Amino acid sequence: MLLKLLSRTGILLASTLVGSMIVFGLLAVLPGDPATVALGVNATPEAVAQLQQEFGTDRPLVVQYLDWLGGILQGDFGTSYVTGADIAQQIGQRIAVTGWLVGTSLVLTILIAVPLGVLAAVRQRKASGTVLAAMSQFGVAVPSFIAALLLINIFAVRLGWVPSGGWTAPVEDPAEFLRKLILPVVSIGLVQGAVLSRYVRSAALEIMREDFIRTARAKGLTPLRAFIKHGSRNAAVPVVTVIGLQVAGLLVDTIVVERVFVIPGLGSLLFDGLANRDLLLVQGIALIIVCLILVLNYIVDLLYIVIDPRLRRQLA
Amino acid sequence: MSRSPRKIAMALTAVAASLTLAACSAGAASTSTSSSSSTDAETPTEVTIGFGAEPASLDFTTTDGAAIPQALLDNVYEGLVTMDDNGDIQPLLAESWEVSDDNLTYTFTLASDVAFSNGDAFTAETVKWNIENVQSDNWTISLKSYMDVVDSVEVIDDTTVAVTLSSPSNDWLFRMTTRVGAMFDPDAVDDLATTAVGTGPYVVSSFNLGDSLVLEKNDGYWGDEPEMDTVTFKYIEDANAMNSALLSGSIDAIPGFASLDTLDQFSDESEYQILEGGTSAEMVLSLNNASGIFTDVTARQAVNYAIDRQTIIDSVAGGYGQLIGSMVPTTDPWFDESLVDAYPYDPEKAKELIAEAGIEGETIRFQVPSNSDTQQVAQLVASNLEQVGLNVEIEILEFPAQWLEQVFTGHDFDMSVINHVEARDLATYANPDYYWGYDSEEFQELIAAADAGTAEEQVEYLTEAAALLSEEAVSDWLYLQANITIAVTGLEGLPMNSTSESFNVTDLSWS
Repeated sequence: MLLKLLSRTGILLASTLVGSMIVFGLLAVLPGDPATVALGVNATPEAVAQLQQEFGTDRPLVVQYLDWLGGILQGDFGTSYVTGADIAQQIGQRIAVTGWLVGTSLVLTILIAVPLGVLAAVRQRKASGTVLAAMSQFGVAVPSFIAALLLINIFAVRLGWVPSGGWTAPVEDPAEFLRKLILPVVSIGLVQGAVLSRYVRSAALEIMREDFIRTARAKGLTPLRAFIKHGSRNAAVPVVTVIGLQVAGLLVDTIVVERVFVIPGLGSLLFDGLANRDLLLVQGIALIIVCLILVLNYIVDLLYIVIDPRLRRQLA
Repeated sequence: MSRSPRKIAMALTAVAASLTLAACSAGAASTSTSSSSSTDAETPTEVTIGFGAEPASLDFTTTDGAAIPQALLDNVYEGLVTMDDNGDIQPLLAESWEVSDDNLTYTFTLASDVAFSNGDAFTAETVKWNIENVQSDNWTISLKSYMDVVDSVEVIDDTTVAVTLSSPSNDWLFRMTTRVGAMFDPDAVDDLATTAVGTGPYVVSSFNLGDSLVLEKNDGYWGDEPEMDTVTFKYIEDANAMNSALLSGSIDAIPGFASLDTLDQFSDESEYQILEGGTSAEMVLSLNNASGIFTDVTARQAVNYAIDRQTIIDSVAGGYGQLIGSMVPTTDPWFDESLVDAYPYDPEKAKELIAEAGIEGETIRFQVPSNSDTQQVAQLVASNLEQVGLNVEIEILEFPAQWLEQVFTGHDFDMSVINHVEARDLATYANPDYYWGYDSEEFQELIAAADAGTAEEQVEYLTEAAALLSEEAVSDWLYLQANITIAVTGLEGLPMNSTSESFNVTDLSWS
């Protein structure tokens, strides 16, 4: 058990290292020189050369990478090429905003997906089950930003119930925070919820065919009760994996949704950073996202063990 | 027990159905306007304006970009002189000035009793310190070079200061209306990125990166008090999000409205006003004069005859925009109406010139920045050129990074198209190293003579210079962009034209 844990941790660290190389390498070879962009249309070749030296982008890639990684290990992500601001600090401010968005969206996703998926499965042969399945199919086909534009058009522009965008920190004004949070969260949650519900449905369907469910039903339980009482734990294993993977999808969704709703989170920072060739900033954010996803997978791995006693025995 | 899930399922179905219905009706009714009204929510002394690009910091001495002076110049920082909405230079911290007969010395009489928002006095010494500060290493942006022409600054008394130039320059006083002329408090420049101390009618009350910049009235302002207590610059990059913000009432105006194809959402005159003004933004089809097929003037002229500029204005800019025929906005005193018709749309004539230049069937490498307007323009240009027998190979370059590197710095292109927004940028053609590679001694002499001469001579020489550009068809000046501002009704005093670097909010009021 401990050995397994150690090896999983080792894999996590190794893949983080490889991830950092890929993030750094890919962005460094992106066309568009940061110094040229920073100086804009008034640039002289001498000024560009001087700024490249100042940024350190004239050094060999390996040296730049080691310098960057060394800094990050000490919590120093460097300073932005464009604003001169401290990147670690900038990411810190934005990550809180994106955290709220991802966290609440994930909760909504699960709240939508689990009942919807289970119901669609236990009512597989009834009309209501078919309608539920069709609805989730529709949800899967709609990208979050389309859902976002639709929701803005209806609830902000036409009805005027909530603002069309912006952000207020929860400590500042909790009511306003909720008013601004609701549309972005719903537009991510509806779509991701529809996606997840299909996995929940197929996981539940598989369980419903098992002998022990047939036994439970023979003893007089309704399909739903049989599933909840005997099948839900088994169905949870594949669903947890998918949820883990889905957080990556959620992060990608927030990048777009933050832009549509004018939310100052990690996504909009990444967008601006890319446009301005603020390479250190983009590399920093990308690394953070890669780390988040790897750590999530790690947690999912550990969760299996908690959920499924059989896995625990195998590992022991 | 088994009933409630069914109820939930039905409720969910109903929600989904209503969402679908709403989606359909939203599409069908997209031309009608919103019923919400922003004026209800606003108190009469507050206003929120939406802008696309946000400042990276508050420090324009070391950070480039238009967004910082747009918010801070004239509103928070003031200069000796300012640019009014018509493009004329007006007194501000300097009540008046005199120019010596040799055009070298400017003697400014300063307004008295001017103080910075922290209480420090503004005097002739402050002016001297500021001009020398721009020339020092403290300023790092390339625009600081506009101050290179200043030879010395002499403090005569507390409210009189004389600035002597090393050579006569009409351009210098004009540049003093821009960010390089902003007056800082020498004792409050340690933290310019986050703290702005100026003599202007507003102070920065908060700056929220990624969101907004809020200006509050400066209670100790030396001049006339502005109407608005609070002005918020709200930064929204996405054009759709910007429109929604105005439609839902979270902003009151969008200056420099760019997505003209969505203009009809604001057609209800009882709710919105659409203002049309001028800009200094020329949409230029730049031709590489230094290498490739456009080193030949006949080939360049052929392009000028081949392009249907009015159709481009109509389809890309919603009909808003003016034909200019050279690198001069209509608001500059040296704008020459006759150049507009120098190359009328004439595909037959273009074909003749193409034959004459011997470039039939040649392939033009057309490097297009990835902005939506330039990409649309590029499609029309390419189809015009293909109609007269040229091949066009469009390559989309991400803007700004890739475009700056390949076209602007690398000069690796035959043809490109970009909006040149800088004011009075006719002189860029006098720089042979600039990306369009135009090297004409005659033109360079005209620009130099214009800068050194009297104000009348300046107009005369620059008119000649603009005509020379047109004659040699150095570029194809497609159109001058219009400055469209959309605002809720009742908001008055908005700048109509974008002639200045600043978005001056001091005249805003609710009627």
